[in-house]
Amino acid sequence: MGETIEVDRIRCDGHGLCAELLPERINLDDWGFPIVKRGPMPDHLVEVARRAVDTCPVLALRLARSA
Amino acid sequence: MELIGPVTESLATHRQRLGPVPALASDELIAELESSRLLGRGGAGFPVGRKWRTVAERSSGRAVVLANGAEGEPLSRKDRSLMAARPHLVIDGALLATRAVGADDIIFYVGAEHQAADAAMRHALAERQDIRGRAQIVRAPAGYVSGEESAAVHFVNAGDARPTTTPPRPFDRGVGGRPTLVQNVESLALAALIARRGHEWYQDRGRWSGTGLITVSGAVNHAGVQEIDFGVTLGDVASAAGGLRGDAQAVLLGGYFGGWADVDEQWGLPLEPRSMRSRGLGFGCGVVHFLAAESCGVEATSRILTYLGSQSARQCGPCVFGLSAIAAATQRLAARSPQADDLDRILRWGGQLAGRGACHHPDGAAGLLRSGLELFADDFAQHQRRRCLTVSRPERVAVA
Repeated sequence: MGETIEVDRIRCDGHGLCAELLPERINLDDWGFPIVKRGPMPDHLVEVARRAVDTCPVLALRLARSA
Repeated sequence: MELIGPVTESLATHRQRLGPVPALASDELIAELESSRLLGRGGAGFPVGRKWRTVAERSSGRAVVLANGAEGEPLSRKDRSLMAARPHLVIDGALLATRAVGADDIIFYVGAEHQAADAAMRHALAERQDIRGRAQIVRAPAGYVSGEESAAVHFVNAGDARPTTTPPRPFDRGVGGRPTLVQNVESLALAALIARRGHEWYQDRGRWSGTGLITVSGAVNHAGVQEIDFGVTLGDVASAAGGLRGDAQAVLLGGYFGGWADVDEQWGLPLEPRSMRSRGLGFGCGVVHFLAAESCGVEATSRILTYLGSQSARQCGPCVFGLSAIAAATQRLAARSPQADDLDRILRWGGQLAGRGACHHPDGAAGLLRSGLELFADDFAQHQRRRCLTVSRPERVAVA
């Protein structure tokens, strides 16, 4: 149960907006590419996560329901 | 020798030696493979029976079988040796797979530079009546990632041997958008033997159940492909390769996506996928490479990471930037002219790579790096101080 953020690694260009919006779940590596925390997302962050998905300039993020 | 030999086996010899392939129903065949507990031999070690079942459930009779003989692993020779010696066994396995999963077309994906394998497969296909019009050979471009399953499918579909984002996985949408079974050629050959002899035959082989091909190289007297019954030890394999040349200081198991291991620790332990997994090692594609005593483990690790960095498909940021930065830092360490925090940085970067590519290229590189940092920990620390434990070369003197 719960939702996780998935990154399309081929699309991702390292703009980094996702980490600005959702620092609780996403860090950036030394080159600006996202490192997503493992595990399901706490409910209170799902709305912000949706915003991060919509804000990605190259549409590289999606929310997936985890098993 | 079931899987290798000195000459290419003709169709007549093949039939005489092994007899016809039994006409098992799809369910029976998949059940045999599941009972055999055969694991895939391309490197990932996924259970073969479960993979066939997954495709069968989706195929509606229109799946594709992609027999993967790209063998991009630089230290592996076993797939090309198998195809050169026993092409008909590989074809049998592919034909069985079409029946089991409900496929009509077969693609033999053969490394473009593996000429003996390519010639043997072409000749063998021309000899077969039972496959006419349904099979083609596609030459896999050179390169480490060309054989990755989504890359293989992408190449057949669009001439581009770079991995694609998954899902969709090939078993859902592969060649021509059809469900596709991508299966290593050795796995197919073993499936053809299990279909003839039953899963008991496979399970009864060796102390650890099973049989397979490995490629032995490095500090041995006779490098080459060996057919082993699982349960033989690293020491047995070294003996069969004519013994070690001097003291090996480490062994690379599983290939460039595998890891370094201590020779003495592993010497008496079985080379077998499940047993190795329980020891934190990978059987991978069966590569066993002994590092000579006089070779530096830091240099060897750096060479492999540099190669893997060069083989990135250059699609995903963490692989393009992270892997090449790691490779560059290990090169500086190997040359004993590191930047102040190179060792700390590769530890941190290495820990960030896994799971961050469209394919598992960065994961494989991260695993190899981790094993090198563990096994050669002291030497890495020395290299950060511009010294080397293995090679007693004088320190580089700065020239004014």
